[in-house]
Amino acid sequence: MAASPAYGEEKGGSSSLGEPEYGHDPASGGIFASDYKRHDDLKEMLDSNKDSLKLEAMKRIVAMIARGKNASDLFPAVVKNVACKNIEVKKLVYVYLVRYAEEQQDLALLSISTFQRGLKDPNQLIRASALRVLSSIRVPIIVPIMMLAIKEAASDMSPYVRKTAAHAIPKLYSLDSDQKDQLIEVIEKLLADKTTLVAGSVVMAFEEVCPERIDLIHKNYRKLCNLLIDVEEWGQVVIINMLTRYARTQFLSPNQNESLLEESAEKAFYGSEEEDTKDAKAEAASLAKRKPYVMDPDHRLLLRNTKPLLQSRNAAVVMAVAQLYFHLAPKAEVGVIAKALVRLLRSHSEVQYVVLQNVATMSIKRRGMFEPYLKSFYIRSTDPTQIKILKLEVLTNLANETNISTILREFQTYIRSMDKDFVAATIQAIGRCATNIGKVRDTCLNGLVQLLSNRDELVVAESVVVIKKLLQMQPAQHSEIIKHMAKLTDNIQVPMARASILWLIGEYCEHVPKIAPDVLRKMAKSFTNEEDIVKLQVINLAAKLYLTNSKQSKLLTQYVLNLAKYDQNYDIRDRARFIRQLIVPTEKSGALNKYAKKLFLAQKPAPILESSFKDRDHFQLGSLSHLLNAKAVGYQELPDWPDEAPDPSVRNVEVPEWTKCTSREKRKDKVEKPFYSDSEGESGPTESADSEPESDSEESGSSSSSGTSSSSSEEEDEEEEEGGSEEQSEDKEGEEEEEEKRKKKKEKGGPRKASPRSVGSEEEEEAEGKKVKKAAGPQGKKGHAESSSEEASASESSSSGSDSGTEAPTVVEAKRRKVIPSSKAGPKEISLLDLDDFTPPPPQPVPSSSIISTSLVTDLEGLTLTDTSLAPALLSPAFGAVRTYELLHRMAGEGLSVEYCFSRRPFPGDPHMVAVQIQISNNTDAEVKSLRVSEPKLLAGMRIQEFPEIESLAPGDTASVVMGIDFCDSTQAANFQLCTHTRHFYVSIQPPVGELMAPVFMSENEFRKEQEHLARRGEGKLTGMSEITEKLTLPEKCRSDHAIVQQVTSAANVGRVPCGADNEYRFAAKTVTSGSLVLITLEWREGAAAQLTVNSEKMVIGTMLVKDIIQALAQ
Amino acid sequence: MKMIHSLFLINCSGDIFLEKHWKSVVSQSVCDYFFEAQEKAIDVENVPPVISTPHHYLISIYRDKIFFVSVIQTEVPPLFVIEFLHRVADTFQDYFGECSETAIKDNVVIVYELLEEMLDNGFPLATESNILKELIKPPTILRSVVNSITGSSNVGDTLPTGQLSNIPWRRAGVKYTNNEAYFDVIEEIDAIIDKSGSTVFAEIQGVIDSCIKLSGMPDLSLSFMNPRLLDDVSFHPCIRFKRWESERVLSFIPPDGNFRLISYRVSSQNLVAIPVYVKHLISFKENSSSGRFDVTIGPKQNMGKTVEGVVMTVHMPKAVLNMNLTATQGSYTFDPVTKVLAWDVGKITPQKLPNLKGIVNLQSGAPKPEENPSLNIQFKIQQLAISGLKVNRLDMYGEKYKPFKGVKYITKAGKFQVRT
Repeated sequence: MAASPAYGEEKGGSSSLGEPEYGHDPASGGIFASDYKRHDDLKEMLDSNKDSLKLEAMKRIVAMIARGKNASDLFPAVVKNVACKNIEVKKLVYVYLVRYAEEQQDLALLSISTFQRGLKDPNQLIRASALRVLSSIRVPIIVPIMMLAIKEAASDMSPYVRKTAAHAIPKLYSLDSDQKDQLIEVIEKLLADKTTLVAGSVVMAFEEVCPERIDLIHKNYRKLCNLLIDVEEWGQVVIINMLTRYARTQFLSPNQNESLLEESAEKAFYGSEEEDTKDAKAEAASLAKRKPYVMDPDHRLLLRNTKPLLQSRNAAVVMAVAQLYFHLAPKAEVGVIAKALVRLLRSHSEVQYVVLQNVATMSIKRRGMFEPYLKSFYIRSTDPTQIKILKLEVLTNLANETNISTILREFQTYIRSMDKDFVAATIQAIGRCATNIGKVRDTCLNGLVQLLSNRDELVVAESVVVIKKLLQMQPAQHSEIIKHMAKLTDNIQVPMARASILWLIGEYCEHVPKIAPDVLRKMAKSFTNEEDIVKLQVINLAAKLYLTNSKQSKLLTQYVLNLAKYDQNYDIRDRARFIRQLIVPTEKSGALNKYAKKLFLAQKPAPILESSFKDRDHFQLGSLSHLLNAKAVGYQELPDWPDEAPDPSVRNVEVPEWTKCTSREKRKDKVEKPFYSDSEGESGPTESADSEPESDSEESGSSSSSGTSSSSSEEEDEEEEEGGSEEQSEDKEGEEEEEEKRKKKKEKGGPRKASPRSVGSEEEEEAEGKKVKKAAGPQGKKGHAESSSEEASASESSSSGSDSGTEAPTVVEAKRRKVIPSSKAGPKEISLLDLDDFTPPPPQPVPSSSIISTSLVTDLEGLTLTDTSLAPALLSPAFGAVRTYELLHRMAGEGLSVEYCFSRRPFPGDPHMVAVQIQISNNTDAEVKSLRVSEPKLLAGMRIQEFPEIESLAPGDTASVVMGIDFCDSTQAANFQLCTHTRHFYVSIQPPVGELMAPVFMSENEFRKEQEHLARRGEGKLTGMSEITEKLTLPEKCRSDHAIVQQVTSAANVGRVPCGADNEYRFAAKTVTSGSLVLITLEWREGAAAQLTVNSEKMVIGTMLVKDIIQALAQ
Repeated sequence: MKMIHSLFLINCSGDIFLEKHWKSVVSQSVCDYFFEAQEKAIDVENVPPVISTPHHYLISIYRDKIFFVSVIQTEVPPLFVIEFLHRVADTFQDYFGECSETAIKDNVVIVYELLEEMLDNGFPLATESNILKELIKPPTILRSVVNSITGSSNVGDTLPTGQLSNIPWRRAGVKYTNNEAYFDVIEEIDAIIDKSGSTVFAEIQGVIDSCIKLSGMPDLSLSFMNPRLLDDVSFHPCIRFKRWESERVLSFIPPDGNFRLISYRVSSQNLVAIPVYVKHLISFKENSSSGRFDVTIGPKQNMGKTVEGVVMTVHMPKAVLNMNLTATQGSYTFDPVTKVLAWDVGKITPQKLPNLKGIVNLQSGAPKPEENPSLNIQFKIQQLAISGLKVNRLDMYGEKYKPFKGVKYITKAGKFQVRT
């Protein structure tokens, strides 16, 4: 202010001279009265007892401040009124105080006690306002008071006061940066705040005070993502920008695989063979290191939760989301932002200006994204020039072989515009199109040559410059054009154009041998009147001609050089001296002379015409720095993606679901947690893709206690024997594929050796929850050994196998077999190896298979890069809870107990059948022989595929078999007899409706389409025919994504469908028999309310399913 | 992000007529950089919105003949500031009926109070009109008379509650005797028509502006007969996004008063019906100082509705001195300084098509203009949304009374340009 008052005063004075409309405001009317007198008047009013007078005075004073006039001498009179009861006066006093406190620090202190009182007021709004003003008074002496006030307010009951506290933090920080550490503590505290009101403000404070303390964000990351949509718009912008930076430090690039592929493709193309082999090794190594990319669920969460904000009315929010997607999203998903950005082009011209700058940058990197919107960038004659030029830039960036003709036609209209700057820019754009797209180069060149006869000199000049650049690419074919341009030197006056022509003639003087010397003659004549750049080119031309055609041009050259020697510009004098020495041979001239021709007439590379927006994306888009193309003060560099993702578990908060939600996290947990000690058959050994001998041993260990016999080992066989074992019936093939996929997926997680335990174990661990805790040691082996001593030898032996790592699979196998059911009789052991081979239909690894199918789900989802990286973790626990039904009780079965469950995998041989996994335990003392199914009593249409007869089942032994039943999409029971060699038992299997279907995988769009389709069909008949909707209330524990998905998938065999909307869950399945679609939508509204919609042609199924799901959710 | 440091309001003649600082005072002289840029830009539209100076950055908008120039010291998303400045201008418009220098000067105390509430330390605080109006009462004629007598001001006597409610855009305790909800569906046709009359580019942009005067906390849901027409939509924050995603229903608790509910773009796959055609013949003779001008406007595809409020504006080339024209309908003006020809046609009746014809006088000796000017057309069609968008129904929940509901459709020309 110190320097400004004079200026301000003057300005204010002059502006109010002609403004009698200030009349109602006496302060301005009295501009000519001496300040002294006028202020006396105001002081009197302020000292009066009447509020109305005080108010009037304050109004005048504020009006003075607004006009930038100095009212500082009123400070003592005003500050007295800080405690005024009248709220209006008070407000205006605050305005004054904040404005002048810095200048009158001592007097300002008088007001502090008022604010301190205000801070203790029971009314939250008064507390907030006191803090707001107190923190706005820039008086260093009160820093401790402010600090105290902020700390107190940060734990205020009212979120509004806490918001004010967040606002006050940067104020204090700018006043005294020594307070940083204390302020960070407050920020940390406020970051944990759960109200949307505070979120935006505290992130703003964070960005200003300690943007480098990214660690403070970890624990709040998910909360911020989830709150985002409800934060006020300005806060959204700040949070999104901060999260963009955060994500760049914490997640892996979603496009890294592509770049890797590109790299290797290139290598393969260029590399020599020797290199190739080396490369191959290196690559293999790097591939092993860089596992296939799977997006961190937190990364996905951010993308998903920001996407709806593209619909914001606030351009800044839209831009913030757009830049987030540009910097963070996988290539395939960035496209969604184009539509929203194009929408902003309808907004105010300033918004257009900024958006177009960013679109220009984006369109270089991702052209395809904006191609559908090409026409939205067409230029209107009413657009401001700066907008026109930016649109032109975008159009040029978007030009490619297919659309170039449209674009050129459009450019033709532009060239006839009245706006000459714009025409010049269009000509340059044409030049760029011509260089980039070879196909149209000649067309463009011809067009530009035609422009040479344009009446407007600017147009001609610009064309010359562009033509020059184009000709440089293929000069030989264009001597006609060069001749034409030579003629232009007579008329054209624009220096740049003249210089360009001269350079062209000099460069290609051999193509125009007759004209060139003549041009030099003319230029020599006008040399003294030319601009500097033209003079330099005249010298250049002279030199080149001298070298190629010295006979005609020797004298001219010397004349020009002599003129230049005495030029006013030292550059020109220097150049002349230099060139003379170089080209004119004298006795003194050195070795360079010989090479003069080479020096001057060397092949010069054609210029590359590229966008000025190229590579601007190293600045964060949407930022001021990007716009200015220069680093602005306080710009936070957008970090590069890390090579290795930092530990994702730092974002875990004490909400249990979250700890389970990422596969990588699980992997980690697994390392840390002790191995499970025992397990149930249902949750049994699962994904064994990692096939580490060690993990094998663990798995077999687990299965040994589970008693599901050989189910686990079988899978491993596949692994180790490359799926070659013949005994595996064809149904195994599906499994193999799945495993393949799983394997791929696995590879990303971490170096295999680094994770000593298989994913199977960890999944299991999850499914089992608490049981894990029994095991003590951090290592699976250890825990295993400790917990079940009877298996100790087995685990030892297999772990020795793992140590050596070279043992033949069969050996390992054998060992594993040994470990299997401890209940199995000794003699069996011998034939263990053969068991797999000769026991026809292999016992089905029920639980594992179901898990496989889910992992397939997740894989597919991973492939489509949709929404659901959360799914794997969410789904898998569901299978721990695969429900087992009793078919035959031990008592009724006279010691034979039979249970069944729905394995949820396709029944081999007949896709229309539901696979039922049956587990038969012999609890008698005698062997049970020839177990089989007989005499099925079925309803019409139902079919049954019996399991092959079990020849014998030793006492205490358990066998597991699979049978297929076609229920005809009804929940009618299938009745049949279970026979042994002695007895017949009448049994029946009644399927829950949820088991009558098999998951199908579809994209969100497909889902919607199908849903619509079904809905429409429903309309034809009776509404409600194909859609059943039910409202429900979610119980407390069922209010997380995790729980909902788990409950639904456990109630019905459905596949999750990715969904863009948060709080909405979609599932799809097809009924097994008729293959009709069943679509489930669960919309979770505020609080506990939710709505479940099932679309299905089969009304009965739909109705029952709704009931079942609601029941499951209500549990 | 230190956001906005100071704000200067500057009129077209370069007077700084208001300044406000949210932190330390920044000297007015910083505006000299702005004036410099303004001079370079020739016309106001081309002043770059972002100017870099040695110590500050200036981000400005131009609205209603006023430059809002904000001073920034550190990195901040430019759109953030631009959007905010427009919000400030919108607020002035909302408060004073117009956002003009006079209005601002007349209400300088209110303006100052508004700015104080809208930004805290340069960071936006309260920008919702509903909240602001609770904090600071807008002036009315009656109140200003009363105020001048009693000497009271427009500052609210009560403290705001809105900041604390769950619905930040609606104030509590709204009460009306007549409960009404009006929706204006306004569609604009943006088009570029080429010389031969074929459409180069056409698109429909629409908005739904609402005027809601409902007591209490009404929860409205507005559904369309054909929501699928809406290709790209942006929402007022009150709209529940998920509901729209799943059911294509606009469900919201409205702010009180006037606001823009949504703006949308009709998917470009749909062919846009162009309601008017223009026949034109504009030519300048070589070596003579005159030219011909003949333009006819006719209706086409207007679904039986009358095209009215037709205005044509043309920026003629610089060489044009004057125009001698006859209009069969309406009146025309030509400004020889700005070279703008404006023809106010009015309503088009298909029986007698409006025509404007005559001689163009060119500067003698000057070369004939190479370019033909493009014609900018404005028009209006009442009772019609050109995209065919139709509101299906409006339901209200949460309140017991029966509101009066109304929907109005109107189609206008947006950026509608005919190239010649």
